[in-house]
Amino acid sequence: MVGLAFVAPMVLGVIALCLIPFLYVIWYSLHDWDIFTGAFDFVGLGNYQRLLTDAVAHKSLGVTGVFMIALMVVNIVFAMLLALLVNQRLRGITAFRAIYFSPVVVAIVAWVIIWQFLLAVNGGVNGFLATVGIQGPNWLNDPNTALISIVIIQVFKGVGMNMVLFLAALQGIPPELKEAARIDGASPWRSFWSVTLPLMSPTLLLVMILTSIGALDVFAPIQVLTQGGPSNSTLVFSYYMYQTAFERQEFGYGSTLGVVLFVIVLLMTALQWRLRKAWVHDEV
Amino acid sequence: MRSDVIDAPLTEDIVLPSRPEGKRRARTSRQYRVRSRTARVVLYVLLTIATIPFVYPVLWMVFSSFKPASEIFAVPPSIFPENWTTAAWPLVFTENPFLLQYANSLYIAVVVTVLTIIVAALAGYAFARITFPLAGPMFLLLLSGMMLPTEVTVIPIFQWANGLGLIDTHWPLILLPVFGSGGIVATFIFRQFFLSLPVELEEAARIDGLGRVGIFCRIALPLAGPAIATVAILQFLRSFNMYYEALIFLKTPAMFTVGLGLTRYEDVYGEPMWSTQLAATTLTVIPVLVVFLFAQRQFVESLSRTGIK
Repeated sequence: MVGLAFVAPMVLGVIALCLIPFLYVIWYSLHDWDIFTGAFDFVGLGNYQRLLTDAVAHKSLGVTGVFMIALMVVNIVFAMLLALLVNQRLRGITAFRAIYFSPVVVAIVAWVIIWQFLLAVNGGVNGFLATVGIQGPNWLNDPNTALISIVIIQVFKGVGMNMVLFLAALQGIPPELKEAARIDGASPWRSFWSVTLPLMSPTLLLVMILTSIGALDVFAPIQVLTQGGPSNSTLVFSYYMYQTAFERQEFGYGSTLGVVLFVIVLLMTALQWRLRKAWVHDEV
Repeated sequence: MRSDVIDAPLTEDIVLPSRPEGKRRARTSRQYRVRSRTARVVLYVLLTIATIPFVYPVLWMVFSSFKPASEIFAVPPSIFPENWTTAAWPLVFTENPFLLQYANSLYIAVVVTVLTIIVAALAGYAFARITFPLAGPMFLLLLSGMMLPTEVTVIPIFQWANGLGLIDTHWPLILLPVFGSGGIVATFIFRQFFLSLPVELEEAARIDGLGRVGIFCRIALPLAGPAIATVAILQFLRSFNMYYEALIFLKTPAMFTVGLGLTRYEDVYGEPMWSTQLAATTLTVIPVLVVFLFAQRQFVESLSRTGIK
């Protein structure tokens, strides 16, 4: 009974602030809710039917998918390169490591505000490109570059975290194994793909999970920089939901979008389970 | 699911490179010693180039807060002001209640951190050490809570807060991180930590007549320093960086958190006040960075121990 008392605050809190609200979201999603007249009418699956024909929602799902994949690929590749780079015994390496990690502790809004200036048409990034003779685009106002700009901002913000996780995994690999590969005549390249990477697979999966979850949480950059534009090219799903519920006051349809967001999280979790079973090398 | 996220790295003994330990060091030095001078120079050049996207934004921010507005988008762009001015700085405090907003963020983050440590340590300890009815279902319940980010559940919570008169108060910003994925992750971290503590310590105390609560307060919690540090860093950063919740639940500038306040530097015509915004951003970022640089070992170690942002 003491045990129940110990877990009670957390469990009751989670029930009250996660599970019960979720049941309400499902209930709301079956209603047409006019906040101004107070009308709250049961419409069954009406909102879900609307979803099927809502071109903006479809576009938004696509944007979310592209964003997530782009962020994962860029972040993980870059994090791995940085981890390999700082996994050297050099004087001052700790300082470099701290620098790459530092944006992790910077408030996201602050980081985004700085990059808003740097990515402006006359900003620092284009100024730098001009010195090497490239005419940079208007990053955040061009539908072709807006989403990739957000990816870049997010990657530099969070890559240090993944770098640190990869680094810890790299250092956990027994040197004997690499030594053995070397003696067997493996090139460093081959040794990386055949020895290092398979041994890092649990960490790699962990990093993929964290990065994909992080990719869903991209609200602040979108809200501050683009508000989903230009021409909905950065309209990630959580932002579309925010617009629907809190700007257009459509709480019924907004709830439907919330349910969809939950389904996305659920699918990702399931996918990760499958990946884990199929692929992770040495399970702890 | 995400419990595994925490399980895996915690059980491994993660050796960080900055910690020189005799044997490990000898081995790694053989492995990673950079042989030639050229190789070393190449590495330093690569390392330095890679710092640009991390360092340049921060330096640009600091220096640009001393530029007149006309220089912010000067062509060609330069990092240093041509005409240094501190004109933008006093406006940080007059255009927005910046200090108040900073204080709001700090106190919310402290309350969130302390509450999380108490609630999550209790729950984590019980899951690790006490057999009690429904332990399994309750653990599953917390796991499922992890799949419900605030974005999913925010609409009913907003409605309730509205009904209870809690809009434009700090209650939602305090309660949501404690009883959301942040608090749940913290519970898993504590559970994992207490599982790794030797049971003998507690058994000795029990023989001496200490009850569960006594053992928790006097034995387990005082030993949980590393877990507490990890949870504290995670939750403090999470709360301090909170934006979505602040945007939805807060309405008046005096109640804003500092992050939300940063986006509201506009003059009476709605024109953005660039230099002032950058000065405010500088004031927000620099203290955190200074703390980080002093304690970077603890930060990096704590966070790599959990693998959770």
